[in-house]
Order: sequence, then C-alpha cells, then structure tokens
Amino acid sequence: MNLYLLILLPLLAALVAAMLPAERHRPLLLPAASLIHILLVLRELADPSPAGPHGMLYLDALGRLILLVVSLLYGAVSVYAIGYFRSHPTWSNRIFIVCLLVFLSAMSMAAAAQHLGLLWVAVELTTVVSAPMIYFNRNRFSIEATWKYLLLCSVGIALAMLGLLFVAYAGLQGGGEQGLRLGHLLEKAELLSKPWLRAGFVFLLVGFGTKMGLAPLHTWKPDAYGEAPGLVGGLLAGGLTSVAFLAVSRVVQIMTAAGEGVMARQFLMALGVLSLVFAALFVIRQRDIKRMLAYSSVEHMGILAIGLAVGKLAAYGAMFHVLNNALTKGALFMAAGNIHRYFGSKRMCETQGAIGVLPWSAGIFLAGFLAITGSPPFAPFMSEFAILRGIFAGGHFALGVAFIALLTVIFIGMSTSVLTVALGPTMEEEQPSEWGGESFLTVISPLLLLGAILALGLYLPEELRVMFQEAADLIEVTP
Amino acid sequence: MTNVTSSLLLAVILLNFFILGTSRLGACIRVVALQGALLSLLPLFLYGVNIHSLLLSAGALLLKGWIIPWLLFRAIRQVKIRREIEPRIGYITSLMLGALTTAIAFIFADRLPLQPEHMQSLFIPAALSTLAAGFLMLITRRKAITQVLGYLIFENGIFIFGVLLTEAMPLMVETGVLLDLLVAIFVMGIVMNHINREYSSINTEHLCLLKE
Repeated sequence: MNLYLLILLPLLAALVAAMLPAERHRPLLLPAASLIHILLVLRELADPSPAGPHGMLYLDALGRLILLVVSLLYGAVSVYAIGYFRSHPTWSNRIFIVCLLVFLSAMSMAAAAQHLGLLWVAVELTTVVSAPMIYFNRNRFSIEATWKYLLLCSVGIALAMLGLLFVAYAGLQGGGEQGLRLGHLLEKAELLSKPWLRAGFVFLLVGFGTKMGLAPLHTWKPDAYGEAPGLVGGLLAGGLTSVAFLAVSRVVQIMTAAGEGVMARQFLMALGVLSLVFAALFVIRQRDIKRMLAYSSVEHMGILAIGLAVGKLAAYGAMFHVLNNALTKGALFMAAGNIHRYFGSKRMCETQGAIGVLPWSAGIFLAGFLAITGSPPFAPFMSEFAILRGIFAGGHFALGVAFIALLTVIFIGMSTSVLTVALGPTMEEEQPSEWGGESFLTVISPLLLLGAILALGLYLPEELRVMFQEAADLIEVTP
Repeated sequence: MTNVTSSLLLAVILLNFFILGTSRLGACIRVVALQGALLSLLPLFLYGVNIHSLLLSAGALLLKGWIIPWLLFRAIRQVKIRREIEPRIGYITSLMLGALTTAIAFIFADRLPLQPEHMQSLFIPAALSTLAAGFLMLITRRKAITQVLGYLIFENGIFIFGVLLTEAMPLMVETGVLLDLLVAIFVMGIVMNHINREYSSINTEHLCLLKE
C-alpha cells in the first residue's frame, strides 16, 4: 500500500497542479508533495512493506537506496523551485510543474520495480517528462538540446526494450518460461540461453548506458544539462542518472547470477574508463560552467561503472557514491543556476568574481567543486577512496593508477574554471541584474545538501553503511 | 494461421521499402500507420482470441493505426510541409540499402539459435529488417518528422519481436509501453512545432549551435 502511495501521490499532486488556476501558488505543491514523499520513504525504510500480490513492486536494498537518494534530492530541489519561480513570476509554470511531479512518480516506480518491463516503462517515462523541463527557457539553444535529448534517449531506451525481449527469449530457450520478473530471472538465471542473454546484455547496457550518460553515449548530456534550468540539471544529474544506474545494476545482477558476470564487468569497466577519459579531455578549458558540470557528471557515472565492475569493496563504494554524487551535483547545479541567473550568462568570461556579488552561491559552488572532485573531508572523498581501495585490493594496479591520474587531471581542469568564476575580479555591472541577487529560498537548499555531504564525510551512520553494504551484496550474488 | 501471419509479415516488409522510397510525407505517415495496424493483428492470429491478445491488439491498433498518425498529421499541418526534399542519401540508395539489410536479416535469422517453432517463421527476419529500415530513416533523413517516423518504424520492429514473447509482459506493462510511446510521439510533435517556430523549418541541420 505504502509503495503504491509513493507512486500515486506525486501523480495526484500533478493532477492538482494541472487544474490549479493560480500561477503563483502552484510551485508550493512541489515541497508539499516532496515532504510527504520523504516521510513515506522514511516510514518505508523503518518498516518495509512486503512484496505485492504479483510481485511487481518491492523495495530491495538497491531500490531503497535509490529511492532515498531521489527523495532527498527532490526535497531540496522543490524548495529551491519556489525561489526560482518567484524570480520568474510571469513565466507559465503549469507544464513544468506537472512534469516535475510526474518525474518524481516515475523515479519512485523505477526504484520499486521488480519487473524489468515495469522498470523500462518508468525509465522511459522519465525521458519523456524531462524533455519539456529542459525546454523551459524557450530559445534556440534549449530547443536543440531538447530535440537531441529526446531522440537520442528514446532510441537508446528502445534498444533497451529490444535487450529486454532478448532476455525474455533467453528464458524461453532455456526453460520454457519467459517471465521478466527480477526474482524469477535471478532464480532461474543458470537456465537462460547464453547467446541470447549476452546479446540482450549488450543492448540493455547501451540503452540504459545512454540514459546514464556513459561515454561514448553521453553526447546529449552537455547540451541538456547546459540548457536546462539549474534545478532540472540537478535533478537529471542526481536523480535520473541514479535511476539509470539502478537499471544497469539490475542487468549486472542477472548476468552475475547467470554466471556471465565476467563479461558484464569487462564491458562496464571499458565504458567506465572511457567516460573518465572523455570527461578529462572535455572538462579542461571548458568555458561554460553548466557544460563543465555535465562532463563532471560523465566522470562520476564512469566512477560508478568502474565501482560496479570491480565489485566487493568497490561496489560498496559505488553505492555510497550514488548518494554523494546526487547530493553534491544537486548543490552545484542550483548554485550554478543562481550564478547563471544573476549574470545572465553561464560563460566563464562573463561570470567572473561571483563571490563579490553572490557570496553564498559562489561559496557553495566552490565548496561543491572541492566535494565533487573528491577532496577531504567531504563524503565523495570517502566513497571514491573506497572504490580505489577496492580496485587495488582486486589487483587492478594499472586501472588504479589510471583512475588516480584521470581524477587529478579532471580536478586541475575544473579548478581553473571554478576559481575564475568564484574568485576572479568581479565583473563591472553595466546594469543591475534583471532577476536580482540570491534569496533565502535559492540558497538554503544547496547549502543543506552541502552540509549533508560534509556531515556524511565526517560521520557515516551505521544504518546507511548497512544499506550500502546490502545493496552492494545484491550485485555480488554468484551461483 | 501461419499463412495469415506470414502474409502479414511479408506485407510489413514490403511497406518498409515503400517508406524508404517515397518523399511524400503524407503517404509516409499513412503507410507507417498501415504497418502498425497490420502488426497489431499479429497477436490475434498467433494466439487466437483471448482477453490478453484481444486487448493488446485493440490497444496497438488504436494507437499505432489511429491516434499516433493523427498526431503526426496534425504536426505536419501545423508546420506546413509535404515533402522530404533532400535526404542525406538518395531514395534509390536508401532502397538498395534497405534491400541489402533485409537480405542480411534473412541470412542472419537462419543462423540464430531459435526455438523450433520459430525456425521457419518470418517473425525474426521481419523484425530485424524493420529495425534496420527504421534505423536507416533515423540516420539518413534531415527533417524532424521523418526522424520521428524512423523511430516509429524502429518501434514496430521491436513490436514484431515482442509479439513472440507476450507471456513475458503482463498486460499492465504492455499498456505502459504503449502509453509511453504515445506520450513520446506527442512530446516530439510539440518540440517539432517549436523547432519550426524558431527556424521556420524542421530541418534538423539547423540544430548545430551547441558544440564544443
């Protein structure tokens, strides 16, 4: 019942948002729906509901983790959204807010889905409802980004559907049963016909990898993140990618259970390393702060893929890193959104010295940069360190060295841009900014997220540690 | 029954060629609709009349044969275009490539490890060649609308394969899949309209502002 509520409640809120006539009050629905969502998630974590009658919806450790990540990030973004719409009072926000609420519902459904078909439906739904959100600024740049995003991700997801059907066919070949329920597949994994399963895996990885933004399937990412409003960028980089990571993990789960884990891990490893390389190449001399964040997102998806591929301690690190990446990216995109709005530009040369005019946002941007590049004492340092230890413990020395080298390059590449934007000489204002400076509502959310990241870096509660470990153990089940 | 499904699938393959070779958009949309409608009959002929196949067929027919084409017709009326003038590769070449991929699909399907009952059927080659035709459309056409049509043909190819596996997909999930497709096409139609408003054309070549 509780799980159905998690999915239906945002839909109900979306319905109300669609019918509400007043533009001014509509944004208030976001934090209201989000607050109830967080409470429901917390209740679910404390007292898990049993699997439903058809076994379609159930939260295992991985699902609980992703749901928690999504819910927390969404909560922060929903408060920021009020401030955001106050600074754009004349813009129509009906479609945007309806899409935002459906987006939450779809992500919750993906986290709880125990049937691969249902998971697919949820992931595809996130694609179509995020397209109008990317187009919110309504100019030539955002329409181009939206079209590319929509077409690339739709085709990618269609390939994933083909992969799903191949897996179902593998079941038909192996034992006569063709169900796509996760529990069923894991149980009967050894019976699956290997050629069909392998082919299905490749298509699924390409499909969900496109959504996750693993190189070389990441090409939509800089455009979409660059042109979307900051809060949407944060939700995509923190929420949507986490859901895609969940989908990829499900596929790895099945492959491992079928005794094909080696192949799955090799493919993931290759994509992960490639993502780090692409990110390192493009983050250097990146002139656009939001595009820079997009490449940083490609980097972190690469780190997650590598963590998943190496397994054991690294898989634990990857689970921890999902949370860290989501919260830090949320803070960074919201701060970048504030800077973008004030200067009317997101190009580095036109946004210098933000600290003089937007002390909070620039400070958050700077601290967020330190956090996301893995500087202590922030939590991403802990998770990346766990992944690194896992890599060396697994005996992948070359990979470990390359990992450190690429992360260093990315740190240096990002630091030049971030330091110029945050600390450089303040730009002479020709006219006072149209949208004014920062307000409590647009600063408190990223600040809270950053505080959480700092706190998690200093002290990791036992409950969370257990959750990460359980989620990582799910990937490791071997026959 | 095998005869009927085989003729349906054969018609679907032939329609692929028609779509690859024509420049008139209206005809293209009609043919894609016809293809979708033919495909939606497959579950009925394969599994006989029961609730699951009946609902699946009805839903697919409604969506692929009627609502989606209607959305697309509305879209091209709004942007006032009738023809795809200059595809990246010519129509003759597209047709040749289509023929080539269809031949490869038949040869490849012969070598796949299939269930005995699927060995001689046209399902796998038809699915593969339709997927290939959709992909060809997606990468060789410049107009946003023809790219959407390519995506739809691609989806049709997946649908053919999916019909073999309807037991794997509960009705609820199938409904979700079809609804997702509908919403995707709806959103694509709106975005297309906005591209047209911005550039007075729906050539995707204009979309080249964003790069490194």
